[in-house]
Amino acid sequence: MLTSIKENHLTNKGQELGMMYFRVAIILFGAQLVMGLIAAIQFLAPGFLFELFDFSVARMVHINALVVWMLYAMIGATYMMLTDETGHEGVAIGLGKLGFWLLTAAVTVVVLVYIIVQVGPGTEASLWLIHEGREYIEAPRWADIGIVVVVLIFYFNVFATYMKGEKTGIMTVMVANLLALAGLYMAGMFYTDNISMDQFWWWWVIHLWVEATWEVFVGTLAAYALIKIIGAKREIVEMWLWIEVLMLFGSGILGMGHHYFWIGTPEYWWEIGALFSALEPVPLIAMFVHVLYDWGKEQGIAEGRGETASVITNGPAMAWIVTNAFGNFLGAGIWGFFHTLPQVNIYTHGTQFTAAHGHLSFFGAYATILIGMMYYGLQRAYGVQRMKLTFKSKMGIFLTTFGVMGMTIALTIAGYEQVIVERGEMGATWNAFFVAQNLPWYVQAQMWRAIMGVVTLLGFIYLAWDLLTIGKVSKEAEA
Amino acid sequence: MANKNLSVWTSIPFWRRSAAWVTGFASILLIWLTFDTLGQITMGTDDDLKNGVTKRVPAATVINYKIGYEMSTKRGHEVPTIGEKEPFFGKEWSADDAADLLHLGKLTSQTKNCMNCHTLLGNGAYYAPDLTKAWIDPAWSKTGPMMAMTGKSTKEEAIAEFLQHPSTYPTHARMMPELGITADEAKGLVAFLKHMSSIDTNGFPRNFGKEEGSTNAH
Ligand code: HEC
Ligand code: HEM
Ligand code: HEM
Ligand SMILES: [Fe+2]
Repeated sequence: MLTSIKENHLTNKGQELGMMYFRVAIILFGAQLVMGLIAAIQFLAPGFLFELFDFSVARMVHINALVVWMLYAMIGATYMMLTDETGHEGVAIGLGKLGFWLLTAAVTVVVLVYIIVQVGPGTEASLWLIHEGREYIEAPRWADIGIVVVVLIFYFNVFATYMKGEKTGIMTVMVANLLALAGLYMAGMFYTDNISMDQFWWWWVIHLWVEATWEVFVGTLAAYALIKIIGAKREIVEMWLWIEVLMLFGSGILGMGHHYFWIGTPEYWWEIGALFSALEPVPLIAMFVHVLYDWGKEQGIAEGRGETASVITNGPAMAWIVTNAFGNFLGAGIWGFFHTLPQVNIYTHGTQFTAAHGHLSFFGAYATILIGMMYYGLQRAYGVQRMKLTFKSKMGIFLTTFGVMGMTIALTIAGYEQVIVERGEMGATWNAFFVAQNLPWYVQAQMWRAIMGVVTLLGFIYLAWDLLTIGKVSKEAEA
Repeated sequence: MANKNLSVWTSIPFWRRSAAWVTGFASILLIWLTFDTLGQITMGTDDDLKNGVTKRVPAATVINYKIGYEMSTKRGHEVPTIGEKEPFFGKEWSADDAADLLHLGKLTSQTKNCMNCHTLLGNGAYYAPDLTKAWIDPAWSKTGPMMAMTGKSTKEEAIAEFLQHPSTYPTHARMMPELGITADEAKGLVAFLKHMSSIDTNGFPRNFGKEEGSTNAH
């Protein structure tokens, strides 16, 4: 991956820029996992780095690195497909490169401040310079403004190229969806003394990202990737894409009600949140069926023509996309549905159960397909006809997926214990919290989470190693 | 397929139009509900409190009143109750002073990152107890251990003392760290916690503080 740009089989500047974004993304993914492990160890050994590098710091960097690497990979993937879809070389990509360097410099400074300064006094200046202390969107105000500027540049690249080039269905969805995605960020950029108001708007960013605009983004990526990797027909994937948009937005937008049960907001959100969020798994089933069905169909047609080779031209990318189909359905669909009704959520709200869902959904729905796109980028960068899974690719995908699945199961068990004892039996007090935290089975589950976290990290090492080497290896194998 | 349609179900323009309509309709409904909700969760005023008008999120001067959490048979779950007046840090706070104090507290809750260890209204991190009703937690009451431990005679002073030096008063191996919280910031944070406990959360958390017993579960 390091030499992927020098190697330069890339046909356009947009793809070069895409590879630059991918590289930073994978580094941040690694940082995310290390921070997660520190936080997981602190659950078991609370003295670990106490008052040096506290849980709150590790966790903040863990989830911020997560959000930022995913946004990087999403921007990278968009630059990757821009010219392919529009047939245009890309407008003002040079400016986009400047944006990349600005953003990367800003991210570096922000992370260093998180790690070194950690907390500030209770003043507005701390919000501007250190962090805003709001989960996932902690970035300080100065960085918020920087992010908006860079995103505007990125959006200009995409929009202007779209206007000059061909307007495919995939690109139309992309352009509209990106506008919503970027605009929503601004709902999280202001301060209020009213904690209910604060959380009301906070969810506009978090929920409307992960359960609406990001999901539609995944839909467009999958559509593009299926055309490129297994030769699926454009008419079919684009029709699926519109159906997915309909179902995702139709359920996801009002499904936001499932976060408005208990934060001071009125009771009518119980019914609205329950109804619409209960429908959210439906498009995820559709997306799952779509990927597997198209794959089977294309392979069948090829076999009908008497071809024996696989229709898959990029093994690792396809493996990650199939994992995405499963993971999105399981992590978001099943694990989300578990706790989405108010009757259940009044007990599970804010427990390890939520953390179980958070891990499998972010990994299953987003990490997977974005890694798939990185493999696809490498194939293009090295000009490889057929990219096959290496031993390292297999270890990478197996160990990370197994690790995250293991962590999810461990956290689900911890969640059950916590819900029944802390919430059900003992009424959620300080004391109740710690009685549940100290139950032997709960502690055991936390132990397994840490072990499975190490497995995930091992998988990541294989993955990163594979990304660094597979391009060259595949190229040599073909020569 | 797109040009010669056999059925509307395989027509791309049909699905595109439907997607646009459904998205538009859902968005408009959300915006409409948002306006209604914003009206209901805007902070009340001091006069509301004086006149006994119930607001989902009361004014900052709610810190001048006793706060409880009682079962409402009408609503089928617990709701916060605002009782008679009680001094807060030894005095009654004017509307302006109370608002300033709450402002300092909310700001400090963000700059000290409470939400990346605790949950507030159930959202945040799961490393430390939920703070939604921390103000009325039995541990801080006259019969609980914390007042004696911190050597303070009121709940607010006890919490403020704890927040300034949490690792000096540990009750569990998993301690809260020193976050460099000043005496003023600590007062603000206590006001923030007291205010939060008066928010109508539709009965979350359920049965808060009702069960005093322990459990034999594993
Ligand atoms: C690094 C993690 C961490 C951070 C950050 C943190 N806390 Fe804590 N907090 C804890 C832990 C752990 C406990 C339990 C301590 C014990 O039982 O000994 C605790 C206990 C408490 C308690 C007593 C429990 C209760 O339910 O009444 C209060 C109140 C509290 N914290 C408030 C805050 C506030 C306000 C902030 C932000 C200014 C904050 N904490 C930031 C970890 C943290
Ligand atoms: C890929 C899509 C999804 C992702 C990435 C995702 C991620 C998350 C995360 C990280 C949280 C915790 C937020 C916090 O820190 O407080 C959360 C909460 C929640 N999610 Fe999802 N989610 C997804 C889809 C879904 C779906 C489809 C449903 C329902 C069917 C759902 C239901 C919920 C509910 C009810 C909560 C609140 C939990 C609580 O009360 O503590 N999610 N989600
Ligand atoms: C090495 C592996 C990992 C470990 C040990 C780990 C550990 C942790 C810990 C300890 C927390 C804090 C939970 C709490 O507040 O109690 C956390 C939160 C979180 N992690 Fe991880 N993590 C790992 C990998 C991942 C991966 C791969 C993803 C997604 C791609 C992820 C996404 C999240 C999210 C979304 C949260 C917030 C959850 C919520 O608030 O509900 N983590 N993680
Ligand atoms: Fe949601």
